[in-house]
Amino acid sequence: MPNEGTGFLPRILTIAKNAFREAVRDRILYNLILFVLLITASAVFLGELTAGQESRVIVNLGLSSILLFGAFISIFVGVSLVWKEIEKRTVYSIFSKPIGRGEFIVGKYLGLCMTLLVNVIVMGAGVSLALVYVGGGPLVWKIWGAVTLIFFELTIITAVAIMFSSFSTPALSALLTFFVFLIGHFSSSLLDLATSLGSRGAIWFFSAIYYLLPNLANFSFIANTANGDTPPTAMMGGAILYALIFDVILMAITVMIFSRRNFK
Amino acid sequence: MEYAVEIQNLTKDYETGFLRKKRVRALDDLSLNVEPGQIFGFLGGNGAGKTTTIKTLMRLQFPTSGTARILGRDINDVQMHRRIGYCPENPYFYDYLTATELMEYFGQLFGYDAAERRRKCEDLLTAVGLQEKDWKRQLRKYSKGMLQRVGLAQSLINEPEIVFMDEPMSGLDPVGRREIRELIAGLREKGTTVFMSTHILSDIEALCDRVAILRAGRLAATGDLSELLSNADGSKALEISVQGVSAAAVRDEVEFIAGATMSAKPNGVNIQILDENDIDAVLSITRKHGGRLASINPVKQSLEELFVKESAD
Repeated sequence: MPNEGTGFLPRILTIAKNAFREAVRDRILYNLILFVLLITASAVFLGELTAGQESRVIVNLGLSSILLFGAFISIFVGVSLVWKEIEKRTVYSIFSKPIGRGEFIVGKYLGLCMTLLVNVIVMGAGVSLALVYVGGGPLVWKIWGAVTLIFFELTIITAVAIMFSSFSTPALSALLTFFVFLIGHFSSSLLDLATSLGSRGAIWFFSAIYYLLPNLANFSFIANTANGDTPPTAMMGGAILYALIFDVILMAITVMIFSRRNFK
Repeated sequence: MEYAVEIQNLTKDYETGFLRKKRVRALDDLSLNVEPGQIFGFLGGNGAGKTTTIKTLMRLQFPTSGTARILGRDINDVQMHRRIGYCPENPYFYDYLTATELMEYFGQLFGYDAAERRRKCEDLLTAVGLQEKDWKRQLRKYSKGMLQRVGLAQSLINEPEIVFMDEPMSGLDPVGRREIRELIAGLREKGTTVFMSTHILSDIEALCDRVAILRAGRLAATGDLSELLSNADGSKALEISVQGVSAAAVRDEVEFIAGATMSAKPNGVNIQILDENDIDAVLSITRKHGGRLASINPVKQSLEELFVKESAD
């Protein structure tokens, strides 16, 4: 006989674990090999070119690579995550089971976040090891504040990618997510520029962008980390809270759209 | 009585085109009831609306209008899906998983513990005839028939009270079809309702208690299979099969019987009459020419004839 079943949380985690397994078997984590090669090469060769600046260069290059590799995965895996399930009709057997569409979307999202977490941790460890190799001193552990911020930035990009893919094609979703990633990093600068220009229309337009799109500059601490700074606790807490709020809003929008979809 | 499936005035329109949107009606005011414990055959030509109906019941599509209930609960009640199973047409699963992993995954979604999952997985994969050596292979290496077997196994993981099967015999060889037919018949013995859509009429004849035939999204016919097949036009035609006499020998005399038709068969003749009072006349004619009575049977239309008649536009 059918059992009484479980609450929604175990079901979401089951879907998340499977999404993580999918990423692993689709060789998503192979990007780590490329990253390790990049960071090893930079540790060995860049030190000779930039006398005394090895640690700074490794931190800048390493953390920027973590962000770019992560953004690449967030965008390209994120936009195909749900689309692939619909296209390959795997959702047919999922939704005949007692799974809500919201549980499915959140599960898939968490699965990709788990993949990104593993990716970011392994890459962060690679940068730390490279810093140990070049005698980076306190930078070996100081990078982890910036690594944490990068991870939370990636959770937002992933949520944006999944949201776009819930109603458009993967190609368009990837393009739109890339724009959000790009504009998100410069939205406060664009607002400052509009304010200095004094045009009311420009101020209105860039204010809308600033408040509607995630302000990803909140998570940028790469250059400061290279200078030996660590993110203040209040800044870290604020950024993480900001990411969580954005994630929840984006997931809610995605679930609303996805819950109305017909699968042909 | 609570119906296993209750469909009321279900209509589904699809929008096609990008700029000039056109509406195409896939289901048109479909009403249908399925009693519990039966094997219900859902028939219709390509594009008749069978898969649309099943997808709507599985909440993969939303109806334009109308309602449907399964086991007395609305189809959008997620918890109701704990009590049902679904085997999609040409089932697609996560091809990076093995059959065991897929069954484990679905078992987890139902909240079964590890021991229960393992037991169900072994029992069901064995029941659908999937060889044990294949259980640990990734599904991307499976043939269509093997995927069909996995599809059936996963649809039964929660011991459903009703299972929906969309073309369950698709991709199976004759031996596989026979095995799955026995499996489906076994489900009826356990009291499980089966709602089955298929093109394979022999499977319907062998398995189904009741059938419904769809034509262009509308219900063309429904009822007990035996009732539908026994002369839908209400006639009481009989077929008299006679051995040891040729059709040519009796043709002139049989033609005098009103409405009688005949067809030759090896070493004999089949004579169809419309009135049972003509039996004696036929027998005396054939005996006179040395014929022996082999059998007398009511004439039933075949399911194929019924299908062609009801599903033709």
